[in-house]
Amino acid sequence: MSLADKDRIFTNLYGFQDWGLKAAQKRGDWDNTKDLIARGNDSIIDEMKASGLRGRGGAGFPTGMKWSFMPKESKDGRPSFLVINADESEPGSCKDREIIRHDPHKLIEGALVAGFAMRARAAYIYIRGEYIREAETLQAAIDEAYDAGLIGKNASGSGYDFDVFMHRGAGAYICGEETAMIESLEGKKGQPRLKPPFPAGAGLYGCPTTVNNVESIAVVPTILRRGGAWFASFGREGNAGTKLFQISGHVEKPCVVEEAMSIPFRELIEKHAGGITGGWDNLLAVIPGGSSVPLVPAEQIMDAPMDFDGLKELGSGLGTAAVIVMDKSTDIVRAISRISYFYKHESCGQCTPCREGTGWMWRVMERLRVGESTPQEIDMLYEVTKQVEGHTICALGDAAAWPIQGLLKHFRPELERRIAERENAVLEAAE
Amino acid sequence: MAARNIAPDTPELRAQYDGWAFTDANREKADWHIRKYPEGRQKSAVMPLLDLAQRQVGEETGTQGWLPLPVVEYVAEYLSMPVIRVLEVATFYTMYNLVPVGKFHVQVCGTTPCMLRGSDDLLDACYARGMKKGHTTDDGLWTLTEVECMGNCATAPMVQINDDNYEDLTTERFDAVLDALASGETPKAGTQEPGRHTSEPSGGPTSLKEMVDANHDYRSEW
Repeated sequence: MSLADKDRIFTNLYGFQDWGLKAAQKRGDWDNTKDLIARGNDSIIDEMKASGLRGRGGAGFPTGMKWSFMPKESKDGRPSFLVINADESEPGSCKDREIIRHDPHKLIEGALVAGFAMRARAAYIYIRGEYIREAETLQAAIDEAYDAGLIGKNASGSGYDFDVFMHRGAGAYICGEETAMIESLEGKKGQPRLKPPFPAGAGLYGCPTTVNNVESIAVVPTILRRGGAWFASFGREGNAGTKLFQISGHVEKPCVVEEAMSIPFRELIEKHAGGITGGWDNLLAVIPGGSSVPLVPAEQIMDAPMDFDGLKELGSGLGTAAVIVMDKSTDIVRAISRISYFYKHESCGQCTPCREGTGWMWRVMERLRVGESTPQEIDMLYEVTKQVEGHTICALGDAAAWPIQGLLKHFRPELERRIAERENAVLEAAE
Repeated sequence: MAARNIAPDTPELRAQYDGWAFTDANREKADWHIRKYPEGRQKSAVMPLLDLAQRQVGEETGTQGWLPLPVVEYVAEYLSMPVIRVLEVATFYTMYNLVPVGKFHVQVCGTTPCMLRGSDDLLDACYARGMKKGHTTDDGLWTLTEVECMGNCATAPMVQINDDNYEDLTTERFDAVLDALASGETPKAGTQEPGRHTSEPSGGPTSLKEMVDANHDYRSEW
């Protein structure tokens, strides 16, 4: 079964049409939003739960349930906030950018409806600093929505006051972590906080806060209009919905595309990305969910369903559905080592295992790349990834460890081959 | 962690930047940013204000701009924050330039998705023009930085130069962009692949084809 265009949520994904308010309204955005709000907080949350939507930022936590953690009333006068995570920085991910620059009104309308459902007084959209033109578009769209009375006082005539603000980051991957994002919004270095307290109890300015990904929020109005059951009809059980896949690397035609969840990898690539460079026999491995998930070798991924549970079974994950394809021309050790460098660069420096470990792991990876190592050191590297994983405040340490663990699990013979090759070369040179 | 150090606090720097202040237009923008945050939370605006300050220095110097210490102190005073708190922010986030940069800040993405599609060649093209990572060329035209994933992976490899992205690059296409910039022209931003619009599969979309020519409303088919 293939997803029909009428069931695609982001119809202006490629920006062939205008992103502005009038054009967005013609496509169905901001269509009687007042009625959606009139359904009431709990009814909206129940519909979201029924849709089976799992957070699109990588962790896959059920969105409706997350909203239900927010307080129903403020006993001490503290307001609640919605923070929208547009700090899209996971290598391979490029979907939120398309939503923001081509369909920003879906996000703003979603912010209002979601913010209302969780009883927030305002939404802050935290957009990564490098999305300069995208931020210009988003701010212009927010201004349009204010001018049309869709947000602000008595938003969309609903009687609910709701503000939407944009906050630009300035080049720190770690701010995509929800508590680091909150720190950054408060005007500090983006260093993650210990949990608990969880943001739903004490988040932005110490107030109850929910942090949601752009895609999770932007799909909300369509889900409410078409019903949770419609959304849940796509994908396998527990993996509902449509999803923006971002296909990069060694395919004929890299692209971003909205597809039904659980679409088999082969079908996704054949249908939209024009196949693997050099054909399917030339496929080496795939990183199916952005740089922090372990790679999956060709034979295991080919017919796997692209969803949370299917990829978890393969020892990897759907993450943000950023599919990085690598063919047999890839220096696989270098590809993963470059990811190790990324985490070394982006570690915030707060926790010792991550601050020291990411640099250490990258340096060993660089030596393994040229075989300047010993088989025992491969075991030591694995040990160190285990020392970093699970021993840091946030998941960046895990994210740095997993790609290396994936490489060691599936490509250890390649590492040993490089070590032996270098040894032979050294011996020959000595003779 | 990326090691980031501020430029030395010298008498020359003081002579040049003591008394630096926002222009009227930027003061208005700064106050607009501050109003986005609840009362008493004005330090939330430190990031947008540092960005404004860097851009103003950029306009004054004909470059992308940077943050001399006296300018950081000005922002701290503007927000009633201790200077060290502002300095912490300025040194933590990589988009704040802590030393002067050239007219064009060439930021080549070198992370794996771009690497797989040829970012090595783009760096070579930069080296061929005398650029060196972390340095500004003697003519003051180019500063080269290898940056981490910029979120343009479906149109990789890419380079961000000042405020614009150039995507789907090859050595030839990249050279054309750099030549255009050097001669004072404004090359088209976005994908450099002829016929490609944005992140659809090249050669035309495999879905939502009706959207190409008209603002199609699918609701009647629901």
